[in-house]
Amino acid sequence: MALTLDDVQRAAHLARIAVDDAEAGATLVQLTRVFGMIEQMQAVDVSGIEPMSHAQDLALRLRPDVVTEADQRDRFQAVAPEVEAGLYLVPKVIE
Amino acid sequence: MSNATLKELSVQLAAGACSSVELSRDFINKINNLNKVLGCFITVDTERTLAQAKSADAQRAAGRAGPLTGVPLAHKDIFCAKNWLTTCGSRMLANFVAPYDAHVVERCDAAGMVTLGKTNMDEFAMGSSNETSYFGPVRNPWNRDVVPGGSSGGSAAAVAARLAPAATGTDTGGSIRQPAALTGICGLKPTYGVVSRYGMIAFASSLDQAGPMARSAEDLGMLLNVMAGHDPRDSTSLERPAEDYNRSLEKPLLGLRIGLPREFFAAGLTPDVQRAVEAAVAEYKKLGATVVDISLPNMELSVPVYYVLAPAEASSNLSRFDGVRYGHRAAEYTDLMDMYKRSRAEGFGAEVKRRILIGTYVLSHGYYDAYYIRAQKLRRLIAGDFVQAFKQCDVIMGPTSPTTAFKLGEKSADPVQMYLSDIYTIAVNLAGLPGMSIPCGFDGGGLPVGLQIIGNYFDEAGMLNVAHQYQLVTDWHQHAPKGIA
Repeated sequence: MALTLDDVQRAAHLARIAVDDAEAGATLVQLTRVFGMIEQMQAVDVSGIEPMSHAQDLALRLRPDVVTEADQRDRFQAVAPEVEAGLYLVPKVIE
Repeated sequence: MSNATLKELSVQLAAGACSSVELSRDFINKINNLNKVLGCFITVDTERTLAQAKSADAQRAAGRAGPLTGVPLAHKDIFCAKNWLTTCGSRMLANFVAPYDAHVVERCDAAGMVTLGKTNMDEFAMGSSNETSYFGPVRNPWNRDVVPGGSSGGSAAAVAARLAPAATGTDTGGSIRQPAALTGICGLKPTYGVVSRYGMIAFASSLDQAGPMARSAEDLGMLLNVMAGHDPRDSTSLERPAEDYNRSLEKPLLGLRIGLPREFFAAGLTPDVQRAVEAAVAEYKKLGATVVDISLPNMELSVPVYYVLAPAEASSNLSRFDGVRYGHRAAEYTDLMDMYKRSRAEGFGAEVKRRILIGTYVLSHGYYDAYYIRAQKLRRLIAGDFVQAFKQCDVIMGPTSPTTAFKLGEKSADPVQMYLSDIYTIAVNLAGLPGMSIPCGFDGGGLPVGLQIIGNYFDEAGMLNVAHQYQLVTDWHQHAPKGIA
Protein backbone atom coordinates (compact mmCIF):
# COMPACT_ATOMS: atom_id res chain seq x y z
CA MET A 1 0.00 0.00 0.00
CA ALA A 2 1.41 3.40 -0.93
CA LEU A 3 0.22 6.53 0.84
CA THR A 4 -0.57 9.52 -1.35
CA LEU A 5 -0.77 13.27 -0.82
CA ASP A 6 -4.56 12.91 -0.96
CA ASP A 7 -4.45 10.46 1.98
CA VAL A 8 -2.42 12.96 4.00
CA GLN A 9 -4.78 15.83 3.18
CA ARG A 10 -7.84 13.70 3.94
CA ALA A 11 -6.47 12.61 7.34
CA ALA A 12 -5.46 16.21 8.10
CA HIS A 13 -8.99 17.38 7.30
CA LEU A 14 -10.55 14.66 9.48
CA ALA A 15 -8.13 15.60 12.27
CA ARG A 16 -8.90 19.30 11.82
CA ILE A 17 -5.28 20.29 11.28
CA ALA A 18 -4.36 22.83 8.59
CA VAL A 19 -1.57 21.43 6.41
CA ASP A 20 -0.24 23.37 3.42
CA ASP A 21 1.12 21.63 0.31
CA ALA A 22 4.79 21.85 1.31
CA GLU A 23 4.04 20.43 4.75
CA ALA A 24 1.88 17.69 3.26
CA GLY A 25 4.80 16.62 1.07
CA ALA A 26 7.20 16.39 4.00
CA THR A 27 4.57 14.61 6.09
CA LEU A 28 4.01 12.09 3.29
CA VAL A 29 7.71 11.17 3.34
CA GLN A 30 7.70 10.63 7.12
CA LEU A 31 4.39 8.76 7.22
CA THR A 32 5.53 6.49 4.38
CA ARG A 33 8.47 5.42 6.55
CA VAL A 34 6.24 4.82 9.57
CA PHE A 35 3.71 2.81 7.56
CA GLY A 36 6.57 0.84 6.02
CA MET A 37 7.41 -0.29 9.55
CA ILE A 38 3.75 -0.86 10.44
CA GLU A 39 3.30 -3.14 7.39
CA GLN A 40 5.15 -5.91 9.33
CA MET A 41 1.80 -6.57 10.97
CA GLN A 42 0.29 -7.83 7.74
CA ALA A 43 2.54 -10.92 7.65
CA VAL A 44 0.90 -12.55 10.68
CA ASP A 45 -2.14 -14.80 10.59
CA VAL A 46 -4.60 -13.31 13.07
CA SER A 47 -7.60 -15.52 12.37
CA GLY A 48 -9.42 -16.63 15.52
CA ILE A 49 -7.74 -14.07 17.81
CA GLU A 50 -9.97 -11.76 19.81
CA PRO A 51 -8.96 -8.09 19.68
CA MET A 52 -7.48 -6.87 22.98
CA SER A 53 -8.56 -3.34 23.76
CA HIS A 54 -7.31 -3.20 27.29
CA ALA A 55 -4.62 -4.59 29.60
CA GLN A 56 -7.12 -5.86 32.12
CA ASP A 57 -10.51 -7.24 31.17
CA LEU A 58 -12.49 -4.95 33.42
CA ALA A 59 -16.19 -4.46 33.82
CA LEU A 60 -17.07 -0.81 34.15
CA ARG A 61 -18.19 0.21 37.60
CA LEU A 62 -21.62 1.68 38.15
CA ARG A 63 -22.31 4.53 40.55
CA PRO A 64 -25.52 6.02 41.89
CA ASP A 65 -27.08 8.49 39.46
CA VAL A 66 -26.56 11.57 41.60
CA VAL A 67 -24.83 14.92 41.15
CA THR A 68 -21.22 14.65 42.33
CA GLU A 69 -19.65 17.75 40.82
CA ALA A 70 -19.97 21.23 42.27
CA ASP A 71 -20.52 24.14 39.87
CA GLN A 72 -17.07 25.38 38.89
CA ARG A 73 -18.02 27.20 35.72
CA ASP A 74 -16.17 30.40 36.52
CA ARG A 75 -12.97 28.57 37.40
CA PHE A 76 -13.09 26.45 34.23
CA GLN A 77 -13.95 29.39 32.02
CA ALA A 78 -11.06 31.41 33.44
CA VAL A 79 -8.75 29.43 31.12
CA ALA A 80 -10.96 29.75 28.01
CA PRO A 81 -9.82 31.80 24.99
CA GLU A 82 -13.07 33.79 24.79
CA VAL A 83 -16.17 33.79 26.98
CA GLU A 84 -19.10 36.11 27.53
CA ALA A 85 -21.94 35.85 30.03
CA GLY A 86 -20.86 32.32 30.95
CA LEU A 87 -20.83 31.16 27.32
CA TYR A 88 -17.91 30.07 25.14
CA LEU A 89 -17.61 32.28 22.07
CA VAL A 90 -16.92 30.77 18.63
CA PRO A 91 -17.34 32.16 15.10
CA LYS A 92 -20.91 32.24 13.86
CA VAL A 93 -21.98 28.84 12.45
CA ILE A 94 -25.62 29.60 11.55
CA GLU A 95 -26.54 32.64 9.48
CA MET B 1 21.98 17.51 51.82
CA SER B 2 20.61 17.57 48.30
CA ASN B 3 22.63 14.47 47.45
CA ALA B 4 20.61 12.39 49.94
CA THR B 5 18.06 9.77 48.93
CA LEU B 6 14.36 10.00 49.82
CA LYS B 7 14.97 7.48 52.57
CA GLU B 8 17.84 9.52 54.03
CA LEU B 9 15.90 12.77 53.80
CA SER B 10 12.98 11.12 55.55
CA VAL B 11 15.29 10.08 58.41
CA GLN B 12 16.97 13.51 58.61
CA LEU B 13 13.66 15.35 58.74
CA ALA B 14 12.33 12.98 61.40
CA ALA B 15 15.48 13.49 63.49
CA GLY B 16 15.20 17.26 63.19
CA ALA B 17 18.58 17.48 61.44
CA CYS B 18 17.01 19.86 58.93
CA SER B 19 13.66 21.47 58.19
CA SER B 20 11.65 21.11 55.02
CA VAL B 21 12.11 24.83 54.36
CA GLU B 22 15.92 24.49 54.52
CA LEU B 23 15.84 21.41 52.35
CA SER B 24 13.55 22.97 49.77
CA ARG B 25 15.66 26.14 49.61
CA ASP B 26 18.72 23.99 49.01
CA PHE B 27 17.08 22.28 46.02
CA ILE B 28 15.68 25.56 44.68
CA ASN B 29 19.17 27.06 44.72
CA LYS B 30 20.53 24.12 42.79
CA ILE B 31 17.68 24.36 40.29
CA ASN B 32 18.35 28.08 39.82
CA ASN B 33 22.02 27.31 39.15
CA LEU B 34 21.61 24.46 36.72
CA ASN B 35 18.22 24.73 35.05
CA LYS B 36 19.36 27.23 32.42
CA VAL B 37 21.90 24.70 31.18
CA LEU B 38 19.91 21.49 31.59
CA GLY B 39 16.34 22.65 30.91
CA CYS B 40 14.83 20.13 33.36
CA PHE B 41 12.03 22.36 34.63
CA ILE B 42 9.36 24.25 32.70
CA THR B 43 7.99 25.93 35.82
CA VAL B 44 9.42 26.67 39.26
CA ASP B 45 7.55 28.78 41.78
CA THR B 46 9.73 29.42 44.82
CA GLU B 47 7.03 31.10 46.86
CA ARG B 48 4.56 28.30 46.41
CA THR B 49 7.23 25.67 47.14
CA LEU B 50 8.36 27.37 50.34
CA ALA B 51 4.77 27.85 51.52
CA GLN B 52 4.23 24.11 51.11
CA ALA B 53 7.50 23.39 52.94
CA LYS B 54 6.50 25.68 55.79
CA SER B 55 3.21 23.92 56.18
CA ALA B 56 5.01 20.53 56.15
CA ASP B 57 7.26 21.74 58.96
CA ALA B 58 4.17 22.86 60.89
CA GLN B 59 2.59 19.44 60.37
CA ARG B 60 5.71 17.81 61.76
CA ALA B 61 5.80 20.18 64.73
CA ALA B 62 2.20 19.19 65.45
CA GLY B 63 3.20 15.53 65.47
CA ARG B 64 1.34 14.70 62.28
CA ALA B 65 4.26 13.77 60.00
CA GLY B 66 4.30 10.73 57.74
CA PRO B 67 7.44 9.15 56.23
CA LEU B 68 7.62 11.67 53.36
CA THR B 69 6.27 14.81 55.04
CA GLY B 70 8.47 17.74 54.03
CA VAL B 71 10.37 15.77 51.38
CA PRO B 72 10.53 17.66 48.07
CA LEU B 73 9.82 16.17 44.64
CA ALA B 74 9.22 17.31 41.08
CA HIS B 75 6.15 16.56 38.99
CA LYS B 76 6.21 15.84 35.28
CA ASP B 77 4.32 18.65 33.55
CA ILE B 78 1.70 16.15 32.35
CA PHE B 79 0.07 16.18 35.80
CA CYS B 80 -2.48 18.90 36.49
CA ALA B 81 -1.55 20.72 39.68
CA LYS B 82 -4.04 23.31 40.88
CA ASN B 83 -2.93 26.89 40.13
CA TRP B 84 0.30 25.65 38.53
CA LEU B 85 1.04 26.20 34.88
CA THR B 86 0.52 22.74 33.32
CA THR B 87 1.78 22.69 29.74
CA CYS B 88 2.36 19.03 28.83
CA GLY B 89 5.37 20.36 26.91
CA SER B 90 3.09 21.92 24.29
CA ARG B 91 2.39 25.34 22.85
CA MET B 92 -1.24 24.22 22.95
CA LEU B 93 -1.19 24.47 26.76
CA ALA B 94 1.55 27.10 27.15
CA ASN B 95 -0.85 29.31 29.14
CA PHE B 96 -2.91 26.63 30.82
CA VAL B 97 -3.15 27.03 34.59
CA ALA B 98 -4.72 23.84 35.89
CA PRO B 99 -7.98 24.40 37.79
CA TYR B 100 -7.63 21.12 39.73
CA ASP B 101 -5.14 18.53 40.98
CA ALA B 102 -4.34 15.16 39.43
CA HIS B 103 -4.91 12.25 41.80
CA VAL B 104 -1.14 11.68 41.94
CA VAL B 105 -0.57 15.32 42.94
CA GLU B 106 -3.35 15.12 45.52
CA ARG B 107 -1.76 12.01 47.03
CA CYS B 108 1.73 13.55 47.18
CA ASP B 109 0.33 16.75 48.72
CA ALA B 110 -1.64 14.74 51.27
CA ALA B 111 1.57 12.90 52.23
CA GLY B 112 3.10 16.31 52.99
CA MET B 113 5.52 16.23 50.05
CA VAL B 114 6.71 19.55 48.65
CA THR B 115 6.46 20.36 44.93
CA LEU B 116 9.72 21.81 43.55
CA GLY B 117 8.28 22.46 40.12
CA LYS B 118 6.96 20.98 36.89
CA THR B 119 9.43 19.11 34.70
CA ASN B 120 10.06 19.33 30.99
CA MET B 121 8.87 16.51 28.74
CA ASP B 122 8.30 15.52 25.14
CA GLU B 123 5.17 17.25 23.86
CA PHE B 124 2.12 15.30 25.09
CA ALA B 125 4.59 12.56 26.11
CA MET B 126 5.26 11.71 22.45
CA GLY B 127 8.97 11.20 22.08
CA SER B 128 12.01 9.29 23.32
CA SER B 129 14.54 12.13 23.56
CA ASN B 130 12.74 15.12 25.10
CA GLU B 131 13.45 17.03 21.89
CA THR B 132 9.79 17.50 20.94
CA SER B 133 9.10 19.83 23.88
CA TYR B 134 7.85 23.29 22.89
CA PHE B 135 10.02 24.62 25.73
CA GLY B 136 13.26 23.29 24.30
CA PRO B 137 15.27 20.14 24.87
CA VAL B 138 16.56 18.76 28.15
CA ARG B 139 20.26 18.00 28.31
CA ASN B 140 21.67 14.88 29.90
CA PRO B 141 23.64 15.71 33.09
CA TRP B 142 26.19 13.00 32.17
CA ASN B 143 27.04 14.74 28.89
CA ARG B 144 25.30 17.89 27.74
CA ASP B 145 25.55 16.96 24.05
CA VAL B 146 23.33 13.92 24.49
CA VAL B 147 19.63 13.52 25.18
CA PRO B 148 18.19 12.39 28.54
CA GLY B 149 15.65 10.12 26.83
CA GLY B 150 11.95 10.74 26.97
CA SER B 151 9.26 11.42 27.37
CA SER B 152 9.89 11.95 31.11
CA GLY B 153 13.29 13.47 30.26
CA GLY B 154 13.01 16.48 32.57
CA SER B 155 12.11 14.32 35.56
CA ALA B 156 14.96 11.89 34.81
CA ALA B 157 17.58 14.60 34.30
CA ALA B 158 16.42 16.49 37.42
CA VAL B 159 16.89 13.39 39.58
CA ALA B 160 20.23 12.53 37.93
CA ALA B 161 21.50 16.09 38.45
CA ARG B 162 20.32 16.03 42.09
CA LEU B 163 17.90 18.90 41.44
CA ALA B 164 15.19 16.76 43.04
CA PRO B 165 15.47 13.61 45.14
CA ALA B 166 12.61 12.03 43.21
CA ALA B 167 10.08 12.85 40.53
CA THR B 168 6.87 11.58 39.04
CA GLY B 169 6.81 10.29 35.48
CA THR B 170 4.46 8.58 33.06
CA ASP B 171 5.10 5.65 30.77
CA THR B 172 3.02 4.83 27.68
CA GLY B 173 5.70 2.94 25.73
CA GLY B 174 8.80 3.35 27.90
CA SER B 175 8.68 7.00 28.97
CA ILE B 176 9.74 6.30 32.57
CA ARG B 177 12.12 3.39 31.99
CA GLN B 178 14.04 4.63 28.93
CA PRO B 179 14.96 8.09 30.34
CA ALA B 180 15.78 6.44 33.70
CA ALA B 181 18.21 4.16 31.85
CA LEU B 182 19.74 6.99 29.82
CA THR B 183 20.34 9.18 32.89
CA GLY B 184 21.50 6.48 35.32
CA ILE B 185 18.54 6.59 37.72
CA CYS B 186 15.74 4.19 38.72
CA GLY B 187 12.21 4.29 37.37
CA LEU B 188 9.18 2.05 37.75
CA LYS B 189 6.07 1.72 35.61
CA PRO B 190 3.46 -0.09 37.71
CA THR B 191 0.87 -2.60 36.52
CA TYR B 192 -1.74 -0.78 34.44
CA GLY B 193 -4.46 0.49 36.79
CA VAL B 194 -2.39 0.71 40.00
CA VAL B 195 -1.98 4.51 39.80
CA SER B 196 -4.95 6.71 38.87
CA ARG B 197 -4.83 8.57 35.55
CA TYR B 198 -7.18 11.30 36.84
CA GLY B 199 -5.69 14.69 36.00
CA MET B 200 -2.88 13.16 33.98
CA ILE B 201 -3.18 14.60 30.48
CA ALA B 202 -4.14 11.64 28.29
CA PHE B 203 -1.98 10.31 25.45
CA ALA B 204 -3.00 6.66 24.89
CA SER B 205 -5.41 5.80 27.66
CA SER B 206 -5.15 2.00 27.50
CA LEU B 207 -1.36 2.22 27.91
CA ASP B 208 -0.65 5.36 30.01
CA GLN B 209 0.54 4.67 33.55
CA ALA B 210 2.25 6.94 36.09
CA GLY B 211 5.11 5.86 38.28
CA PRO B 212 8.01 6.98 40.48
CA MET B 213 11.53 8.01 39.38
CA ALA B 214 14.29 8.14 42.00
CA ARG B 215 17.82 7.03 42.82
CA SER B 216 17.22 3.68 44.50
CA ALA B 217 14.70 0.84 44.45
CA GLU B 218 13.80 1.56 48.06
CA ASP B 219 13.01 5.20 47.16
CA LEU B 220 10.81 4.04 44.29
CA GLY B 221 8.82 1.91 46.72
CA MET B 222 8.42 4.78 49.17
CA LEU B 223 7.06 7.05 46.45
CA LEU B 224 4.88 4.34 44.91
CA ASN B 225 3.33 3.81 48.35
CA VAL B 226 2.13 7.42 48.08
CA MET B 227 1.15 7.43 44.38
CA ALA B 228 -0.78 4.15 44.19
CA GLY B 229 -4.35 3.67 45.27
CA HIS B 230 -7.88 3.35 44.00
CA ASP B 231 -9.60 6.42 42.57
CA PRO B 232 -13.22 6.19 41.38
CA ARG B 233 -12.63 9.15 39.02
CA ASP B 234 -10.51 6.93 36.74
CA SER B 235 -12.69 4.12 35.36
CA THR B 236 -9.61 1.90 34.91
CA SER B 237 -8.22 2.47 38.41
CA LEU B 238 -8.17 -0.91 40.14
CA GLU B 239 -9.82 -1.59 43.49
CA ARG B 240 -7.14 -3.43 45.42
CA PRO B 241 -6.20 -3.41 49.08
CA ALA B 242 -3.40 -0.94 49.88
CA GLU B 243 0.01 -2.56 50.07
CA ASP B 244 3.48 -1.62 51.27
CA TYR B 245 5.60 -1.96 48.14
CA ASN B 246 8.76 -2.12 50.26
CA ARG B 247 7.53 -4.99 52.42
CA SER B 248 9.84 -7.63 50.92
CA LEU B 249 13.00 -5.61 50.16
CA GLU B 250 15.13 -7.77 52.45
CA LYS B 251 14.07 -11.16 51.08
CA PRO B 252 17.11 -13.17 49.86
CA LEU B 253 17.10 -14.01 46.14
CA LEU B 254 18.14 -17.66 46.51
CA GLY B 255 16.14 -19.67 43.98
CA LEU B 256 14.87 -16.64 42.03
CA ARG B 257 14.24 -17.65 38.39
CA ILE B 258 15.28 -14.93 35.93
CA GLY B 259 13.94 -15.25 32.40
CA LEU B 260 16.19 -13.90 29.67
CA PRO B 261 14.24 -13.45 26.44
CA ARG B 262 16.36 -14.38 23.40
CA GLU B 263 14.71 -11.53 21.50
CA PHE B 264 16.21 -8.96 23.92
CA PHE B 265 19.76 -9.98 23.05
CA ALA B 266 19.47 -10.10 19.26
CA ALA B 267 20.57 -7.77 16.46
CA GLY B 268 20.33 -4.06 17.25
CA LEU B 269 21.65 -4.31 20.81
CA THR B 270 24.91 -2.39 21.20
CA PRO B 271 27.85 -4.38 22.66
CA ASP B 272 28.44 -2.05 25.63
CA VAL B 273 24.83 -2.35 26.75
CA GLN B 274 24.89 -6.13 26.27
CA ARG B 275 28.07 -6.43 28.37
CA ALA B 276 26.67 -4.38 31.25
CA VAL B 277 23.38 -6.30 31.29
CA GLU B 278 25.18 -9.66 31.19
CA ALA B 279 27.43 -8.55 34.06
CA ALA B 280 24.29 -7.66 36.07
CA VAL B 281 22.84 -11.11 35.38
CA ALA B 282 26.13 -12.67 36.55
CA GLU B 283 25.80 -10.67 39.78
CA TYR B 284 22.29 -12.07 40.25
CA LYS B 285 23.64 -15.61 39.85
CA LYS B 286 26.06 -14.87 42.68
CA LEU B 287 23.04 -13.88 44.77
CA GLY B 288 21.56 -17.33 44.18
CA ALA B 289 19.34 -16.70 41.17
CA THR B 290 19.07 -19.12 38.28
CA VAL B 291 18.70 -18.12 34.66
CA VAL B 292 16.06 -19.47 32.29
CA ASP B 293 16.23 -19.08 28.53
CA ILE B 294 12.83 -17.84 27.39
CA SER B 295 11.25 -16.55 24.21
CA LEU B 296 8.78 -13.74 23.48
CA PRO B 297 8.21 -14.72 19.85
CA ASN B 298 5.93 -11.80 18.97
CA MET B 299 8.18 -9.12 20.49
CA GLU B 300 9.21 -7.71 17.13
CA LEU B 301 5.58 -6.87 16.41
CA SER B 302 5.33 -4.64 19.46
CA VAL B 303 6.72 -1.50 17.77
CA PRO B 304 4.36 -1.64 14.74
CA VAL B 305 1.39 -2.58 16.95
CA TYR B 306 2.17 0.27 19.33
CA TYR B 307 2.47 2.78 16.49
CA VAL B 308 -1.05 1.90 15.39
CA LEU B 309 -2.75 1.70 18.78
CA ALA B 310 -1.08 4.62 20.60
CA PRO B 311 -1.63 7.14 17.75
CA ALA B 312 -5.21 5.90 17.33
CA GLU B 313 -5.96 6.57 20.98
CA ALA B 314 -4.03 9.84 20.84
CA SER B 315 -5.95 11.12 17.83
CA SER B 316 -9.15 10.64 19.79
CA ASN B 317 -7.82 12.01 23.11
CA LEU B 318 -6.24 15.09 21.54
CA SER B 319 -9.41 16.01 19.65
CA ARG B 320 -10.39 17.91 22.82
CA PHE B 321 -7.86 20.62 21.95
CA ASP B 322 -10.00 22.71 19.66
CA GLY B 323 -9.29 26.27 20.79
CA VAL B 324 -12.75 26.65 22.32
CA ARG B 325 -12.70 25.81 26.02
CA TYR B 326 -8.99 26.06 26.87
CA GLY B 327 -5.62 25.99 25.19
CA HIS B 328 -4.27 27.80 22.17
CA ARG B 329 -6.59 29.61 19.76
CA ALA B 330 -5.24 31.02 16.49
CA ALA B 331 -5.28 34.81 16.26
CA GLU B 332 -6.84 34.87 12.80
CA TYR B 333 -9.45 32.65 11.17
CA THR B 334 -12.32 32.88 8.74
CA ASP B 335 -14.90 30.52 10.26
CA LEU B 336 -15.28 27.80 12.90
CA MET B 337 -13.65 25.06 10.80
CA ASP B 338 -10.75 27.36 9.97
CA MET B 339 -10.41 28.23 13.66
CA TYR B 340 -10.14 24.55 14.62
CA LYS B 341 -7.65 23.80 11.87
CA ARG B 342 -5.38 26.78 12.47
CA SER B 343 -5.47 26.52 16.26
CA ARG B 344 -4.45 22.87 16.08
CA ALA B 345 -1.86 23.46 13.35
CA GLU B 346 -0.22 26.18 15.46
CA GLY B 347 -0.69 24.57 18.86
CA PHE B 348 0.76 21.14 18.10
CA GLY B 349 4.36 20.38 17.16
CA ALA B 350 5.50 18.16 14.27
CA GLU B 351 5.67 14.83 16.12
CA VAL B 352 2.27 15.27 17.75
CA LYS B 353 0.69 16.15 14.40
CA ARG B 354 2.38 13.16 12.82
CA ARG B 355 0.89 10.82 15.40
CA ILE B 356 -2.56 12.39 15.19
CA LEU B 357 -2.48 11.87 11.41
CA ILE B 358 -1.36 8.23 11.77
CA GLY B 359 -4.11 7.63 14.30
CA THR B 360 -6.76 9.36 12.21
CA TYR B 361 -5.73 7.35 9.17
CA VAL B 362 -5.80 3.92 10.86
CA LEU B 363 -9.21 4.66 12.36
CA SER B 364 -10.70 5.99 9.13
CA HIS B 365 -13.26 4.22 6.98
CA GLY B 366 -11.73 1.36 5.01
CA TYR B 367 -8.56 1.03 7.12
CA TYR B 368 -9.97 0.32 10.57
CA ASP B 369 -9.95 -3.50 10.24
CA ALA B 370 -6.63 -3.74 8.42
CA TYR B 371 -4.79 -1.61 10.98
CA TYR B 372 -6.59 -0.93 14.23
CA ILE B 373 -8.39 -4.25 14.74
CA ARG B 374 -5.42 -6.23 13.46
CA ALA B 375 -3.13 -4.39 15.89
CA GLN B 376 -5.51 -5.18 18.76
CA LYS B 377 -5.40 -8.88 17.84
CA LEU B 378 -1.61 -8.80 17.77
CA ARG B 379 -1.63 -7.05 21.12
CA ARG B 380 -3.28 -10.19 22.54
CA LEU B 381 -0.53 -12.37 21.05
CA ILE B 382 2.17 -10.15 22.57
CA ALA B 383 0.50 -10.21 26.00
CA GLY B 384 0.11 -13.99 25.69
CA ASP B 385 3.87 -14.40 25.20
CA PHE B 386 4.43 -12.96 28.68
CA VAL B 387 1.80 -15.23 30.23
CA GLN B 388 3.69 -18.23 28.81
CA ALA B 389 7.06 -16.81 29.91
CA PHE B 390 5.96 -16.26 33.51
CA LYS B 391 5.15 -19.97 33.79
CA GLN B 392 8.90 -20.55 33.66
CA CYS B 393 10.36 -17.60 35.58
CA ASP B 394 9.67 -15.09 38.37
CA VAL B 395 11.04 -11.97 36.66
CA ILE B 396 12.25 -11.15 33.17
CA MET B 397 15.45 -9.19 32.64
CA GLY B 398 17.11 -7.52 29.70
CA PRO B 399 18.31 -4.15 28.50
CA THR B 400 15.95 -1.17 28.94
CA SER B 401 17.10 0.44 25.69
CA PRO B 402 19.28 -0.91 22.86
CA THR B 403 21.73 2.00 23.15
CA THR B 404 22.95 4.47 25.73
CA ALA B 405 21.99 8.14 25.36
CA PHE B 406 22.37 9.46 21.81
CA LYS B 407 23.36 12.91 20.54
CA LEU B 408 20.82 15.70 20.35
CA GLY B 409 19.44 15.79 16.81
CA GLU B 410 20.83 12.37 15.93
CA LYS B 411 17.46 10.65 15.50
CA SER B 412 15.08 13.56 15.00
CA ALA B 413 15.12 13.33 11.19
CA ASP B 414 13.87 9.74 11.07
CA PRO B 415 10.87 8.97 13.28
CA VAL B 416 11.27 5.19 12.86
CA GLN B 417 14.83 5.26 14.27
CA MET B 418 13.53 7.21 17.25
CA TYR B 419 10.66 4.74 17.75
CA LEU B 420 13.10 1.82 17.88
CA SER B 421 14.68 3.33 21.01
CA ASP B 422 11.70 1.83 22.87
CA ILE B 423 11.88 -1.62 21.31
CA TYR B 424 12.36 -3.40 24.66
CA THR B 425 9.87 -1.37 26.68
CA ILE B 426 6.76 -1.12 24.50
CA ALA B 427 5.61 -4.75 24.82
CA VAL B 428 5.34 -4.29 28.61
CA ASN B 429 2.79 -1.48 28.15
CA LEU B 430 0.83 -3.47 25.58
CA ALA B 431 0.58 -6.34 28.10
CA GLY B 432 -0.13 -3.95 31.01
CA LEU B 433 2.70 -5.48 33.07
CA PRO B 434 4.93 -3.66 35.59
CA GLY B 435 8.47 -2.85 34.43
CA MET B 436 11.39 -0.96 35.87
CA SER B 437 14.88 0.19 35.00
CA ILE B 438 17.88 0.40 37.32
CA PRO B 439 21.46 1.47 36.54
CA CYS B 440 23.84 -1.44 35.88
CA GLY B 441 27.00 0.09 34.42
CA PHE B 442 28.43 2.50 31.87
CA ASP B 443 29.41 2.39 28.21
CA GLY B 444 32.88 3.24 26.91
CA GLY B 445 31.98 6.93 26.83
CA GLY B 446 30.86 7.03 30.46
CA LEU B 447 27.12 7.05 29.75
CA PRO B 448 24.84 4.97 32.00
CA VAL B 449 23.25 1.64 31.02
CA GLY B 450 19.88 0.52 32.38
CA LEU B 451 18.82 -2.99 33.36
CA GLN B 452 15.14 -3.64 32.74
CA ILE B 453 13.26 -5.84 35.20
CA ILE B 454 9.78 -6.95 34.14
CA GLY B 455 7.49 -8.51 36.72
CA ASN B 456 4.23 -10.41 36.59
CA TYR B 457 0.98 -8.50 37.14
CA PHE B 458 0.94 -6.76 40.56
CA ASP B 459 4.41 -8.00 41.50
CA GLU B 460 5.88 -4.52 42.07
CA ALA B 461 6.99 -5.53 45.58
CA GLY B 462 8.81 -8.58 44.16
CA MET B 463 10.57 -6.46 41.52
CA LEU B 464 11.64 -3.89 44.10
CA ASN B 465 13.05 -6.74 46.21
CA VAL B 466 15.02 -7.99 43.20
CA ALA B 467 16.34 -4.49 42.46
CA HIS B 468 17.13 -3.66 46.09
CA GLN B 469 19.17 -6.83 46.64
CA TYR B 470 21.29 -5.92 43.61
CA GLN B 471 21.76 -2.40 44.91
CA LEU B 472 23.00 -3.78 48.25
CA VAL B 473 25.95 -5.46 46.49
CA THR B 474 26.63 -2.95 43.69
CA ASP B 475 27.00 0.82 43.60
CA TRP B 476 25.96 1.75 40.04
CA HIS B 477 22.96 3.64 41.41
CA GLN B 478 25.23 5.78 43.60
CA HIS B 479 27.34 7.24 40.80
CA ALA B 480 26.73 10.91 40.07
CA PRO B 481 27.51 12.84 36.89
CA LYS B 482 30.77 14.79 36.98
CA GLY B 483 30.43 18.15 38.72
CA ILE B 484 27.17 17.10 40.41
CA ALA B 485 26.73 16.30 44.12
